[in-house]
Parts: sequence; structure tokens; C-alpha cells
Amino acid sequence: MLTHLRRAVVVSIVLFVLCGLAYPAFETGVAQLLFPHQANGSLTRNGSTLAGQAFSAPRWFTGRPEPVGASPDASGAANLGPRSSLLLKDVRRTAAQLRRAGITPTNDLVTTSGSGFDPDISPTDAAAEAPAVARANHLSLAAVRRIIAQNTTGRELGFLGSPRVNVLRLNEALARLEHRPR
Amino acid sequence: MPYALFLLAMLVVLALCWRFLGAYMAAVYEGRTAWLAFLERPVYRLLRLDPEVEQSWQRYAGALVAYSAVAIAVVYGMQRLQGHLFLDPQHLGAVSPALAFNTAVSFVTNTNWQNYAGETTMSYLTQMGALAVQNFASASVGIAVAVALIRGFARRSSPTIGNFWVDLVRGVLYILLPISLVAAVVFVGQGALQTFAGPVSVHDALNGVTQVIPRGPVASQEVIKQLGTNGGGFFNANGADPFENPTGLTNFLSAALILSIPVSLTYTFGKMVGNLREGVAILAVMAVLFGGWLAIANTAELGGNPAVAAAGIAHQGGGNMEGKEVRFGVAQSTFYDVASTQTSTGSVDGANDSYTPMGGFALLTGMMLGEVSPGGVGSGLYTILLFAIVAVFIGGLMVGRTPEYLGKKIQAREVKLAALGVLVMPITVLVLSAIAVSLPAGRSAALNGGPHGFSEILYAFTSQANNNGSAFAGLSGNTPFYNILGGLAMLLGRFAIIVPTLALAGTLAAKPAVAASSGTFRTDTPLYAGLLLGVILIVGALTFFPAVSLGPIVEQLSHGRFFS
Repeated sequence: MLTHLRRAVVVSIVLFVLCGLAYPAFETGVAQLLFPHQANGSLTRNGSTLAGQAFSAPRWFTGRPEPVGASPDASGAANLGPRSSLLLKDVRRTAAQLRRAGITPTNDLVTTSGSGFDPDISPTDAAAEAPAVARANHLSLAAVRRIIAQNTTGRELGFLGSPRVNVLRLNEALARLEHRPR
Repeated sequence: MPYALFLLAMLVVLALCWRFLGAYMAAVYEGRTAWLAFLERPVYRLLRLDPEVEQSWQRYAGALVAYSAVAIAVVYGMQRLQGHLFLDPQHLGAVSPALAFNTAVSFVTNTNWQNYAGETTMSYLTQMGALAVQNFASASVGIAVAVALIRGFARRSSPTIGNFWVDLVRGVLYILLPISLVAAVVFVGQGALQTFAGPVSVHDALNGVTQVIPRGPVASQEVIKQLGTNGGGFFNANGADPFENPTGLTNFLSAALILSIPVSLTYTFGKMVGNLREGVAILAVMAVLFGGWLAIANTAELGGNPAVAAAGIAHQGGGNMEGKEVRFGVAQSTFYDVASTQTSTGSVDGANDSYTPMGGFALLTGMMLGEVSPGGVGSGLYTILLFAIVAVFIGGLMVGRTPEYLGKKIQAREVKLAALGVLVMPITVLVLSAIAVSLPAGRSAALNGGPHGFSEILYAFTSQANNNGSAFAGLSGNTPFYNILGGLAMLLGRFAIIVPTLALAGTLAAKPAVAASSGTFRTDTPLYAGLLLGVILIVGALTFFPAVSLGPIVEQLSHGRFFS
């Protein structure tokens, strides 16, 4: 038994050094060398493109209705069950808010995400928001639709994941559009 | 159409893993490859170990238990002391004793049940040096047990079943580390974090919003959490978090990593017992179960969320998006969660708690069948081999002949050990769930009302006793009650199955081989695969139907009713 315990302690130290220190340190070195932008959080001037934000003003495209207002440091889902009366109430309230803003509610825009800060909406969601956004910014619907198309990301390799529009990039494109002299 | 291609690509990747990773693992555990001897030999010198000396099953099990006990102490200690150690940029204090106990047991038993949110609880050192180290070690321990059992079948009149320390070290060095080293780079390229820098505050001038982005060495931990079927996320949102699982490609790779070793081990098994068809029979049973449960989950989830429908959203294009991420979509997100619950992974890329009643049924019952389709790394194979012994026993009863499996007579001792291994999990789940629903401390933790609240509690113990680790996460599990009871469930679900399995390996190894005769019931045929499938389904259904009918089935039948 003592031999077992001694070996258990020694192997724990070996694995700590190898898998717990050397492996993540090596990966960090490689990551910082090859992909520093991604490895540090995909940060841009206005935040991370991987972190959804609560865009609430009518002039912006809005993301999904996250439970605690899209906080990456408090990640996690709402966890309401499929027959939860609270979920029913939340969906009804969100749908009513969207209608008041002149947006026809879509599936993604009335449901919360798994991460609690989904950075994307689907092209369908963006299309549903387009008329209201165009009105609020005094832009033509065609111009708004054009930037949606320009900021739509396809599936990886053509079949992995879903087509999506990054809300932060879309709103940055919208801001650029507004600052251009007309 | 994209989903059909997703499935096809998954099949191709897994078929390649099965053939090549499976053969490679056989070479690793038969000692036929030594390309990392320069790393391996110094480790044995430190251990003062002759790798050629093998152990009886008792010594093998003793070493395994001793290692696991030390590992639990180490992980517990590091959580309690993290505030005094290095790599703690957020200055997080000590983890509470009950939570530290639950988490230590959780990672050492390959469960990775998480009663904490990583970003606000665990320092980088705890994540890397305690939790991720166990992602490697507990996975290697699981494979070691499966390999020891395979040796029991493959050997003739042998007093030993291998050397635990050698199997543990070789699993980490030759299998888990090399694959993780490569896969982590892909994850970072897609957007996963990999930095020692602390959280960063960002301000959006467009929106006037300030956010704090938590960071850390995420990708390195992410890939081993999937490959080792561990499942513990760096962040609370686990595989749904864009910083862990940023794209459809990483989502696909996650599911492929989860399934790769459990699927490939059936090749390793066939190769080591000298008949690949035996491995194919086991794989076929796993595949039928997986396919069936995937079909239930996909159909249910694509059908949409009842609450969303009741709120008047007529067109749920894509299906139940509550708790799912736009970048994955419903079908591929569901595949990941099915893969995760049918192995002992338990990572999630969406909220299992918000699955439709039948979608949640598929996740829950996938675990209840004992996680054999294909199950966790090692644990899936050794658990299905316990069922295989029960199946040949039942086959033997039908024809009135002493059953044999892989040339070994299956007698009273083997059947008792196998039955013990099969029954530990259901007894643990049902007894602990009954205790929890009988006490206010158990009931008050559920977030959802009605049958779903019961499902949350049942799911918690099913997940922990199966060493899965996924949750209907509405349950507030970070209470002394759930931390301690859950820790008990994880310990029983791991070691009360491993020890009988190793005992079985020992008695089988000691037996001589019997020559196959015309009266031998062949176990590499569709007939036998069907019998094995039947045994797994019947044991699972008889044990769990009453409990499941109080949860997801009642929920499914409650048309038009909503619970608070």
C-alpha cells in the first residue's frame, strides 16, 4: 500500500507538470504566435465579436433577449423548461416588445441562448429587424438589406453550423453607413 | 441537407478513428509502440517501477484506488488553497469545503459535474493544474480498466492483468496528449481563448455598454474535456460559450472528439481478443442505440418549443431554439448534446434543461442505459462488456448450457460480478433521487415547477451516478446537501463498478480457454448483438420506466398545461 501511495504522489506531480503546466503553456505559446487575435478574445474597437451585447436603442440591430443582459462574465442559460409558465410569459413579453418596435417576432428573437451572450442572429432575424432599423436611421431598406448580406457568415465548409449575422459587426457596418455623406 | 452532410462527415471521421486510432491503441496497450520512450522511461524511473512487472487484479485495483484517493486530495487541496497560489489573476478566494469536495470527486471520477461557474470560482492554476490534469488522468484510468478487462478475456491462465501505472502513463502520453496538442490549435484558430492574461473590460462606444470578458487558457482545456469524455467547461456555459466553442467547425470537432476514443476502443477490443467481428458486434449495438436516441432527440427538438408555440410564434423555423446558439442551429446542437450524454462527457452546447419533453427524455434515458452507446472512454466499453456477460448468461439459460464468452466459461462468480456492476448505477440513482424528493433540501433546489422540477432532480443523480456531468442546470446544486449526496453518487458510480470489473478481469484472466464447439453460442453474430441490445434495453426500461414516467413522459402528455 505504501508503494502505491508513493507512486500515486509521484505520478500526480509528473502529470501536474506535464499536463497541468507544460501542455497549457506550450499551447498558449503556439496560440499567441499563430492566432494572437483569437487567443486573446477576438477583441475589436467596440468589444469582442464573440460576445453578444445588449443593443437596445431602436437604431441598432438587436441580438437575442438574454436573461441577464449578455454578460460574458456571468455565462449560462435561463434554463426554463419547455412547459414553464415563466418561459411562456417571457416569450409573450418579448414578442410584444418586438411588435411595438415594428418587428415581426422570429424564433431566435424571442428565445434566450445557451451561453447567455449569443453574438449572432440568423439572416431571417436580421431581415425581420431591417424595416424598423431602416426607419429609425432614415436609411433605405435596400441599403440595410445590403449590409445584412455583406455581414452574413455562411456555414463552415458549407455544411457545419448555421448561417449567421454577427450583431456587433452588423451594427458597426450600420454606423459606417450613417457617417457616410449622403 | 447540411445536416445529412454533417452526419456523413461524422461517420467518415469516426470510421477512420475506429480503424486507425483503434489499432494504434491496441499497439499502445500491448506495448508494441515506443516512439515516446524518451518521455516514458524517466517517468518509470521516478516511480521506481519496472514496466515489465505486471500486477494481479487486486494490486491493479489497489493502485487505481490509491491514485484516485491521492488525486481527490490534490484537487480538493488546490481549490482550498488557490488564493495563496500563483496564476490567480482574478484574486478568487478559497472554494467552500462542500463544493471543493464535490468538484474534486467530480473530476477524478471523470464526471465533471459542476456546481460552480468556472469564470467566477476557479483560478487559472486550479483549472489547468487540478481540473484539466484530471481530465487527462481520469480518462486514462477509464481506458486502463477497459484494457485490463480485455486482457482478462484475451489471456489464458494468467495471474496478472497488466500494470496500472504503465497503463495510466501510456494512455496520457501516447493517446490523450498528442491528440489534444493538435486539436487545441484548431480551436484557437476558430476563436477559442488561450491566454494567461486576466479578464479584460471592453467599452462599446456605439452602444454605451461596458462588458467584462473573462479569459484564460481555455482551448487546451476544451479539447481534453471532449477527448477524455470529461465535459467540465472552463466557463459556466460550457460548450455553448462562444469563447470555448466558437464555430460550427469546432462544434463538429467537439462531437467527433467526444465519440472518437469510445468508438475506437471497440476495434482495440476486437484486435486484442483476436477477432475483429467481436468488436463489430459491440459497436453495432452501440450504433443502434445511439442512432435511435439521436432520432428521438432530433425529431423532438426540430418540432419546436411548446411555450414558444403557445405564445403565438407560429413559425419556429429550425425548431426549439430556447437555450441554443444561433451559430450551431438545432439539429447539429442536438447531435452534440446526444453524443455528450451517451458518452460520459456531459459537456453541453445548449441548455439541456430547455429541451422539449421528449428531447430531454432522450438525453436523460441515454444516460440511464448505463452510458454504453458508445459510453465514456473505457467506461463505455467495460460497462457494455458487463452487459455482454449478462447477455450470454441469459442465452445460456435458454439452451441449458454453461455460457461462454470469448473462449472463457462464464460461471457463477463472473455473472455475480457483472450483475453487481450493472446494478450499482440504477440503485444509486433511484435511492438518492428518492431521498432528494423526500426532503425540503432536495426539493427546494429545483428551478422549474411541475414534472420538470422532478426531472431536474432525477437528471442530477442520473448524471452523477453515470459519471456524465451534464445537468438540467436550473437545479441549484451548490448546497451542502447536493454537493455531498452528489459526491457520493459519483464515487459509487465510478469505483463500485470499476472494482468488480477488475475482479472480473482477474478471474477471467486466470481461466484457461475452452475450445469452441458446435454447441458454442457465437457472440460475433447479429443474433447475439440483438440479444445484447435487448438485455440493455430491458434492464434500463424495467429499472427506470416508473421514474421517467413521472418526469419527461408526464410533461410530454401535459398538452396545453404550463407549470410555475
